[in-house]
Amino acid sequence: MAKVFIGAAAGFAGDRSDAGGPVVDALAAQSGPRFLMYETLAERTLALCQLERRQNPQRGYSPALDRMLPPVLARCLAAGIKIIGNFGAANPAAAARRIEEMARSLSVRPPRIAAVEGDDIASKLSAHDLASRRVDGADLAQAGEIISANLYLGAQPIAQALDQGADIVVTGRVADSALALGPLLHAFRWSADDWDRLAAGTLAGHLLECGAQVTGGYFADPGYKDVPGLAEVGYPIAEVDETGAMVITKPAGTGGVVNRLTVIEQLLYEIHDPSAYLAPDVVLDLTDVEVAETGKDRVRVSGAQGRPAPETLKATVCVDGGFLGEAEISYAGPNAAARAQLAAEVVRTRVRKRVPHLNVRIDAIGVRSVWGATDTPIDLRGVQTDDVRLRFAAESANATDIGILLDEAEALYCAGPAGGAGVRRRITPRLASASCLIERKFAEPRVTMLGAPA
Amino acid sequence: MTRAVRLHDIANARTGDKGNRLNLVLVCRDPAHYAAVAEQVTAERVAEVFAARKPTRVVRYDLPKLAAFNFVLDGVLEGGVNASLGLDGHGKSLSFLVLDIPIEIVAETSRRSIRGTVS
Repeated sequence: MAKVFIGAAAGFAGDRSDAGGPVVDALAAQSGPRFLMYETLAERTLALCQLERRQNPQRGYSPALDRMLPPVLARCLAAGIKIIGNFGAANPAAAARRIEEMARSLSVRPPRIAAVEGDDIASKLSAHDLASRRVDGADLAQAGEIISANLYLGAQPIAQALDQGADIVVTGRVADSALALGPLLHAFRWSADDWDRLAAGTLAGHLLECGAQVTGGYFADPGYKDVPGLAEVGYPIAEVDETGAMVITKPAGTGGVVNRLTVIEQLLYEIHDPSAYLAPDVVLDLTDVEVAETGKDRVRVSGAQGRPAPETLKATVCVDGGFLGEAEISYAGPNAAARAQLAAEVVRTRVRKRVPHLNVRIDAIGVRSVWGATDTPIDLRGVQTDDVRLRFAAESANATDIGILLDEAEALYCAGPAGGAGVRRRITPRLASASCLIERKFAEPRVTMLGAPA
Repeated sequence: MTRAVRLHDIANARTGDKGNRLNLVLVCRDPAHYAAVAEQVTAERVAEVFAARKPTRVVRYDLPKLAAFNFVLDGVLEGGVNASLGLDGHGKSLSFLVLDIPIEIVAETSRRSIRGTVS
């Protein structure tokens, strides 16, 4: 077999719903095994879906499904392009039924849809069990109820579903890279201990999983790193050969760029030790990876090496994280910085008196909004600006305490410095998350097939 | 002879997060600058730039075949996206904090890959 083509149409739940179109066009023009992957499941998304499922057992899949799949479903089925997505979130079976309905309403042939489940371990391990396996993040021993606890499953159940003839595979939590490795295991019949090839497939998935981040998104810096046609950036396609070497490219006629630099930035994105990137199916070593431009918007990536898979699987556990409160107010024109500084002091003084334990962050948007540290107060003395927006933020398990901060910020309108304008305030419920390492015996992946017989 | 530029003039950077840990990818636009960056943009130098965030650990991994470095900074995201009071809990803007570092490069290095100078 010559090559397997894998396109990526989403790198997160908020990604563009029209990204898939040009990728599907490009895949449809090729022959051989072709797949389209969707990564839509941030840590927080899964917990929110779990909360939704508790309200309604028919829900709990990613809302991105209804936005992203309809534009491509008919064409993919017609062209034989298989779809793999983690749209299933907290309820892959319900997502599969939703896709079935979608196909019916589009009057396309009934697809075979596989749901991959078994990532949810909330019923298998208690809060105490999870706390004892925690390696990072929120303190589970002190936390209240567990909202969600999901293992990162590997690529095998996805490959199995494709082996069984699935047109569409919906999963819950799987390693993002497994969305590409699964199709490669299926297409090339790589064995489960062919570590270098599993590493290569994991690398392909890693390069694709953030969508446009490898084709010029999260990259452009005018005059330094120019990207043509960013508004119509093309999403990536990996052409993978039987050895695991691949070319990263994008659909013809789209914007964006694929070059050595876009690929290397994504290659190391969210990696810690490049010689040991832990995935459920393999440990990927990037040390000897080579990246070479072979044509316009074509970059060859080879040299991934693999070692046996880790003994444990990572899980993300979400618990209630209290509330985040934020309020903003602007000052403009002559002496704006001094008036903003005074406003900050007024709020700080009053909140310290009314809720002494509340830790308040104050930013001056336009001067310091994303850098610095919460415990370093802003200092606007001597700052020249005609327009500065103060932002107050605090978190607490107690929404009333946060309300006091927001009230004090709003009261600046009448009782604060001159010219305070445009107050906006909001309270958002938060989820806190922790990472745990879980023994493999708790992973029991299941593949359930829905729809037309093969 | 050397000349002073900012890292931004010769290198690309991208940040990513995992909980309270930040990874920062630094790639030389021209591999000829790799040695200068390796010598001057050390883990210690990057830790200094992040001093306000009090990193508990900074490690630099070198990838000479890619003319790139991966920095891993522990404890710099104020708890991360689910816990930070800041607007950028992911740390997505922090790549440009590092790109502001001044660096001395060999003056005769190819000019096509350099943009701007520090005055």
